[in-house]
Amino acid sequence: MSLVNYATREITCKIVYYGPGRSGKTTNLHYIYGQVPDDRKGKMVSLATQTDRTLFFDFLPLDLGTISGFTTKFQLYTVPGQVYYATTRRLVLQGADGVVFVADSQAHQLDENIESLQDLHANLADQGIDARAMPLVLQYNKQDLPSDLILGTSLLSDALNFREVPEFSADALHGPGVFESLRSIAELVLKRLSSGAPDPAPMAAAAR
Amino acid sequence: MHIDSKLRFDNFVVGSANRLAAAAARAVAEAPGAVYNPLFVYSGSGLGKTHLMSAIGNFVVQRKGRSAMLVSLDDLVDELHEAIAAGTTDHLLHRYMQVGVLLIDDVQFLTGHRETQSELLRIFNALQADGRQLVITSDRPLSEIADVDERLITRLSGGLIVDIGAPDYETRMAILNATCQERGVKFRPGVVEELGRIEFENVRELQGALNRLIAHQTLGGEMLTPDMVVPVLGEIAEKRARATAPRVSGEFASFLTEIASAVAHHVEQWKTRLSEAIEYWNSEGYQTGMLTRVLQGAVAPKSLESLLREFEGAVTRLRDVERQVARLDAALAKHDAFHDPDRLEEAEQFLERALRLSSPPPGPSAAFTRAGFEVGGSNQLAVRAADAVVAFPAARYNPLFIHGPSGVGKTHLLNAIGNGLARESGGGGAVACVPAQLFVDELISALQEGGVDRWRQRYRNAAALLLDDVQFVAGKERTQEELFHVFNALYADGKQLVLASDRPPRELSGLEERLRSRFEGGLVVSMQAPDRPLRERLYARYLRDLGVDPTAEMLGYLSERQVASVREIIGIANRIVASAEVAAVPVTTGFIRAELEPDGADPARAAAYRAANDPFFLDREKVVWQWTDHGARLIEDLR
Repeated sequence: MSLVNYATREITCKIVYYGPGRSGKTTNLHYIYGQVPDDRKGKMVSLATQTDRTLFFDFLPLDLGTISGFTTKFQLYTVPGQVYYATTRRLVLQGADGVVFVADSQAHQLDENIESLQDLHANLADQGIDARAMPLVLQYNKQDLPSDLILGTSLLSDALNFREVPEFSADALHGPGVFESLRSIAELVLKRLSSGAPDPAPMAAAAR
Repeated sequence: MHIDSKLRFDNFVVGSANRLAAAAARAVAEAPGAVYNPLFVYSGSGLGKTHLMSAIGNFVVQRKGRSAMLVSLDDLVDELHEAIAAGTTDHLLHRYMQVGVLLIDDVQFLTGHRETQSELLRIFNALQADGRQLVITSDRPLSEIADVDERLITRLSGGLIVDIGAPDYETRMAILNATCQERGVKFRPGVVEELGRIEFENVRELQGALNRLIAHQTLGGEMLTPDMVVPVLGEIAEKRARATAPRVSGEFASFLTEIASAVAHHVEQWKTRLSEAIEYWNSEGYQTGMLTRVLQGAVAPKSLESLLREFEGAVTRLRDVERQVARLDAALAKHDAFHDPDRLEEAEQFLERALRLSSPPPGPSAAFTRAGFEVGGSNQLAVRAADAVVAFPAARYNPLFIHGPSGVGKTHLLNAIGNGLARESGGGGAVACVPAQLFVDELISALQEGGVDRWRQRYRNAAALLLDDVQFVAGKERTQEELFHVFNALYADGKQLVLASDRPPRELSGLEERLRSRFEGGLVVSMQAPDRPLRERLYARYLRDLGVDPTAEMLGYLSERQVASVREIIGIANRIVASAEVAAVPVTTGFIRAELEPDGADPARAAAYRAANDPFFLDREKVVWQWTDHGARLIEDLR
């Protein structure tokens, strides 16, 4: 997707929240939604099952107003974490400018985290995208839970952050780490502008 | 009042509240006098009117090489009063007329100055009529400036009126960040953001508040924290901050601030500048493929300014070409190519074609004058007819058809008529004087290029048509068809037609009857080989032209010689003079005789030679009379 359109003077940024089921992706969006003034946010679209698990995806458009002369809009998406929604995940991932990987800090969810991260890489590869070129931040959610239930950030970092991307401890329900993650991924995405790096997708298309 | 060189476009922070004003100011600076003239900018105090106006002045002076003058209305009024008192208002007007861009600040003070207003109106009218740019600022809209002459309001409203609103959050942040960077000041995270959240009504207040924070931090020796901002700034800031606070939560505001700073840092300025230029030129109706291609590329151009200058140059040329083509062919000027700098070459070709087809047809050669045409018995009828045609175009002899053998002066006389008609018409239209062969060739080119209508129009617009060597149209059906229509159109419009040929119309085989009858409908006159008196005058003239003063004997001898054309006389004169120069002897009758009659030393042979060339002796009856060996035959047998 075109990130900066100089002709229409628009910056549009698609951020996808990725991670295993029930890791807190939708909670991230809900928290952001709650903090944004009414005139800056669109309607949050959330298609959920009866048990409040994301069936298809959440979509939250954010209008950041005019920044440096550019109308800046962020589109935040989540993917359904459940394994059997692989097709939806691939669809949502298409055209993403950056990914926030929301890991569940609970100890028993480590395998799901690793599996989901691998799934992310596989889906990117399927779309011909070089995962190393895709801006990514890791968020270790639910760090507010009792310490005997969760893994520390250093352990999670060892297990998941082999690319040494920015990582954040978070409590998406109450806010800590939510905006930090969003700010970090936004900066990474914007940084790609000045680095002159091509979009991952076209590069992949050329490689094919 | 001088233009502050620090107030430029590149340090004018553009936000939603001043975007239109900034774009208009840039457009005016890029093309002074061409767009939005006058430009009227109004806003409350401290929102950047003077900055924008000075930016225009600086841009025009530095980039366009034109002069700019910034005056406040007060100064202008003072100057006017002095000039009116001294009776030198014309000098004042003259001084302002030397300026490319006149920038007048604070015109709200016009109220009541009736005399000043009428003088200003005079100055504005003169400046605008001369294509000079006027930029005016005021702290209120024109309609709210009391007691102003209606004509002046109309004049000032005639260009573009834009306003500047109070800066929004992003603009305030950008201004604060730029000022901090310029002054090398650093605050703790969140301090500038906290200040930016306060909705100051103008930039001066905002900068005043920033100055206060800087002073507090510098003099107090203590780094300010975000929660100290409002208390340090005092009551006004507190009120405004209270009004502002509910709008954006702290966390989101902080997020916005950081994103704004990231965007400002990462957005490539050259692309921003380029996209502004694209937007501007698109709004002017021009295709911007040349710039868009660069914008889509990953690499910045070596010189953005050169690129923009090149584009502007191409647009200027396109405008010029379009204007020229519009004068020649209004329909052609609507072509898309005139609005696409990528197609400049195509536009130039249109112009070339339009010029070729729409330029006046070939006119008479100035070298052939009536004064330079010698009149004799052999051509006097044609010359009298020609004089009558010049004196009474299309009234006496229309068409005039002149025929005669080659070299007797038809072309000279035709061009002399053309020059006479052009002179008499006083520039009322081009006189077409064209050889028939060129007429045919032009028609063929027009057919190839699909421009027959314009070609035809070109001749129909002529004040008169003089066609030489008309025998060449014989047998050419399409040319005759076109000539027929041109002839009829010109004749119907009361325009003179003159035709020249080597034979009379009746003897022109391959000429359509409808043309022949028209050619014969006026006057058909012939020109013959020069007779003896004319030959004598022509020899005298050409020899003098060659530096020889001919004697009566010399002229008598030469004019006795029969010649077929004027060209032959010129040839003989040239030959005599050239031979004399080679032999390094003066030109005498003896020399001429020896030159022209190498075997003519014997007077008897010379007489025989002369007789053989004399038309009298060329009469078949006389020749037979001389040739005794044919005496046995009856003269009638030889007839």
